[in-house]
Amino acid sequence: MVELSHDSRPIIGRGPPLTAYFLTLAAISVGLMVADHRYHQIDRIRESLSRVIYPMQRAVDFPFRATDWVTGSFADRSRLRQENLALTARLRLANLQLQRFAVLEEENRRLREMRANTAAIAEKVLVASILNVDLDPFRHRVLLDKGAADGVFKDQAVLDGDGIFGQVSKVNASTAEVILISDAEHAIPVQSNRSGVRTIAVGTGDQNKLSLPFVTVESDLQAGDLLLSTGMGGVFPPGYPVAQVSKVKRAGSTFALVEAKPTARLDQAREVLLVWFKPRAEPAPATADAPPTSSSTRVDEPAAVAPPAQAGGE
Amino acid sequence: MFARRLLYWISMAAGLVLAIVPLPGWLDPFRPDLALLAMIYFVLTSPRIAGLGYAWLSGLFLDVLRGMVLGQHALGFLVVGYLTHKLQLRMRMFPIVQQAVIVMLLLGLYHFLMFWIDGLTGHGFTGWVRWLPVLSGALLWPLVVALGDSLTRRTS
Repeated sequence: MVELSHDSRPIIGRGPPLTAYFLTLAAISVGLMVADHRYHQIDRIRESLSRVIYPMQRAVDFPFRATDWVTGSFADRSRLRQENLALTARLRLANLQLQRFAVLEEENRRLREMRANTAAIAEKVLVASILNVDLDPFRHRVLLDKGAADGVFKDQAVLDGDGIFGQVSKVNASTAEVILISDAEHAIPVQSNRSGVRTIAVGTGDQNKLSLPFVTVESDLQAGDLLLSTGMGGVFPPGYPVAQVSKVKRAGSTFALVEAKPTARLDQAREVLLVWFKPRAEPAPATADAPPTSSSTRVDEPAAVAPPAQAGGE
Repeated sequence: MFARRLLYWISMAAGLVLAIVPLPGWLDPFRPDLALLAMIYFVLTSPRIAGLGYAWLSGLFLDVLRGMVLGQHALGFLVVGYLTHKLQLRMRMFPIVQQAVIVMLLLGLYHFLMFWIDGLTGHGFTGWVRWLPVLSGALLWPLVVALGDSLTRRTS
């Protein structure tokens, strides 16, 4: 039973008129929502509020980080040694590939310079860790521990070691919200590595599935095709893996039913990379002023696979 | 009196923290709106201190925490706080089960508002799963009352 407290209020005639107060605050709320949703005018209010909120997010994250640290520092020696050996082996392999990539990259750049087309290559990479904070069970968003103070900006591309992860949707003072490529509100332009077919991969709300709703029945896509980002729209750097086609069903008369599995580990990643890159100097005129080579532009795109190796160049 | 005020703000912070703590996947849809339940409890017991401003601020912080449209939860909390204020003299007399039913109606209204605003801003998720917190919140109400009563008795 809720008990009466000592400040129990007289029934009549004291306190501010409740309904007027209610209506004022309600009007302010509606005003805020309209300003936020329609005009994106109140980022400053949000940012100052997020400063108050930040300690809470840190507090929620802290136990997870602490257990990580404890298990990390008490890991037994043999396991560390094993891990070390495995990593050394992987690094050797990666270095070997990197040598080849360096040559290819150089060649690629020269070719692109000839076409006066600046290659879009990641220039700067910042490692951010994902805070253990649950935003909304129905939307695929995560919170990073880097924000405006670290130079993070809205719509910045976010990658993990295996592919494209998402893009920054909101920037706060010291945190940033990322929308994953699997969120139902997210779409990313992609291109098949094998056939060069361009389309759009839309999130489904399932972390292991993207859907490609605009693929015609005739288009050349097969299960197993790797889908790369095209760099159109200037948000994502071109040539990074996005997803692998997992299912193609040519049942209807116009559009095929195509599904793909994201290559990035959306549900497991703890650390992701924020990428700064130079967007390509407008691709549209480049193809327009060189109509004879228009057939080669399609082939040229997959060749632009930037090695994901510049990750080292912080 | 100061201890009281402190208690309100601490429980608001606790409710907000519990709103973003990661839960295991199957439990996640059931996550009760503890910040909202705490707000209802305090508006019932001490409406002079924990008024509409308190309710509105809790909601606003929740908006920032969850990255929603600013004002969405604030409006929801405000509406629920206002109705609780209007109903408080009656609700205090109710036995706990009847109170839980009223709380369930309030939570239902709150989630309907959220659903509606989500739809307007283009985040509509229409699965039935989104109504589970209404149930879990109503079931938790007696616990919230018991906890709140023991805490307020200690501070006053």
